[in-house]
Amino acid sequence: MLAKGDKHAELADIFNRDEKRVEWHDETLWWIRQKRDKAAWSLGENWEQLREQASQIKSHTLSRLAGYLQDFEASAIANGATVHWAANAEEHNEIVRSILAKHSISQIVKSKSMLTEECHLNDFLMANGIDVIDTDLGERIVQLAGEAPSHIVLPCIHWKKEEIGELFHKHLATPEGNADPSLLTQAARVHLRDKFLTRRGAITGVNFAIAETGELVVCTNEGNADMGAHLSDVHIACMGIEKLIPRRKDLAVFLRLLARSATGQPVTTYSSHFRRPQPGQELHIILVDNGRSRQLAKEDFRSSLKCIRCGACFNTCPVYRRSGGHSYHTAVAGPIGSILSPNLDMKDYADLPFASTLCGSCSNVCPVKIDIHEQLYKWRQVLTREGHSPASKTVAMKAMAFTLSKPGFFSLAGAWARRLMRWLPVMVKNKRNPWYKQRDMPEAPRQSFTEWYRKNRSTPKTN
Amino acid sequence: MNSREKILQQVGQAQPPLVPLPDTPAAQTGKGSIEEFEKMLQAVGGRMLLADRNEDLGKKIASLFPQAKRKLSTILSLPDSLGEGGIPDPHSLEDLDLAILSTSLAVAENGAVWITQQETAGLRVLPFIAIHLVVVLDANDIVPTMLEAYEQIGSDNYPFGVFIAGPSKTADIEQSLVLGAHGPKSMTVILQSSS
Repeated sequence: MLAKGDKHAELADIFNRDEKRVEWHDETLWWIRQKRDKAAWSLGENWEQLREQASQIKSHTLSRLAGYLQDFEASAIANGATVHWAANAEEHNEIVRSILAKHSISQIVKSKSMLTEECHLNDFLMANGIDVIDTDLGERIVQLAGEAPSHIVLPCIHWKKEEIGELFHKHLATPEGNADPSLLTQAARVHLRDKFLTRRGAITGVNFAIAETGELVVCTNEGNADMGAHLSDVHIACMGIEKLIPRRKDLAVFLRLLARSATGQPVTTYSSHFRRPQPGQELHIILVDNGRSRQLAKEDFRSSLKCIRCGACFNTCPVYRRSGGHSYHTAVAGPIGSILSPNLDMKDYADLPFASTLCGSCSNVCPVKIDIHEQLYKWRQVLTREGHSPASKTVAMKAMAFTLSKPGFFSLAGAWARRLMRWLPVMVKNKRNPWYKQRDMPEAPRQSFTEWYRKNRSTPKTN
Repeated sequence: MNSREKILQQVGQAQPPLVPLPDTPAAQTGKGSIEEFEKMLQAVGGRMLLADRNEDLGKKIASLFPQAKRKLSTILSLPDSLGEGGIPDPHSLEDLDLAILSTSLAVAENGAVWITQQETAGLRVLPFIAIHLVVVLDANDIVPTMLEAYEQIGSDNYPFGVFIAGPSKTADIEQSLVLGAHGPKSMTVILQSSS
């Protein structure tokens, strides 16, 4: 039932007003899913072995996370990095601000970090007089447009090239009406190169952090993380505590899975391993909890922390493909976002686990074997128990439970429903019936199956 | 209790009973296939050229990039090498047309080469800031997969290392692949062998 407060459904409705655009969005993402399939199948049976290894390595890591965090910290400090701990988003943002303030840096470049999106870092820094430029091309596009990214790997997947052309004409003085991707990318290259060369502060995310060696691995196709970090005086790397893996050689498993799952490439163009700061440079690593330790305590949901943020679940999800990332109103959208976000705020994100058909495609493509669709179902139960289900849904579910548990009442209700549908079709063929929105209602049969069976098949007995 | 202590305590209490770390699968023996390396390198937008070990590399590279005005190489035997004068300020490389490096590890399954701080002579930005990148490699240095690559890297104490697979690229504009997003627009691997 489309109830008030069912944010995802409301936002998805808006997205779906443009049917052609939805089809384009859907086809594009499915095409990316197909590229992922080709890449996965090219590894034959190795692919499933890799998934199993990755899943076990992450499960092991989560079971010894406190120890690995301390191992990582010790190694990183020995390497000359400074390690900070942030219990939540506010602390994380303040740590970033104070590091930059200490160095009198008021302009920075930032490469992709979904954690910083989760913490709303950009807004906080801007409010504190620090200018942030996102250097990933997709992120720069949505930044210029004043939007949030709609996909964790493909931030502006919902933008058409003509629209980007218009945006760049407005902000980067590209020729009006030009929608040539090469020309637009070149314009962005020139514009951002200047930022890399002049800004002294660089923030990057972290794809993997190695407990054994204290190194950080950052994967990009564009090279923007490196251009920022290597030309800066201060490199700040922001990471969730779940990004740890035990040993350097474990990267062999994850780097073979990540890009293939995300875009179907065998590997990202750059897989950069930062171990020590450059001479004369400072390297700051911020370890962020922000609800992760709370999720870790939940037996049903802790495995969601294995996520390596590949986005494969987004690309395959029929709901994501046809509702778009912004319908999820959270930093990490899609299926994985729908099992991570309710942990951050049960009330705000209560709608997300219901934005699913429970088809299970997400679990099928997840490189670390998170049982996403099962967790979506379990979250529904938790949310309903905690009272976050919309009132109308609760009433409807209770009515259904009552009806289905009483055979006599069920027969009676069915008989009257069939009669009403035949005599007064407008009772179901109206705008208030969500099933009628894009479907025809079936013709009400003259009799129920039980009635037909009694008449045609059963021998007279004590019925 | 500061945040560090609070987080460690919460994580310590939350984490489940120990799950064993799986065994690493055995690495393959034998070299990586040159054909596969070339195919994958092309798939990621790079190209591979063969060179005899006795060939004049300097001449070969110059002929590949006749328009390149400013070049920098970390291969001491080549012209434009980072020999004298020490390491320039990375910011001064903004107009670098061509960067030439050599390395001793490449991966067949994805066309990547492994470059550490040593291969860049301390200039980390070198393989990113140039418009064109050339990497010289020996045919014997190709391993089959990332598993063998990390086995070879072992516990090397590099301050920085990077796997580079082809030129910089993006498909952020309606999935159209464009080479040269922020890093090099082209990448050439010169494979040396005694043919």
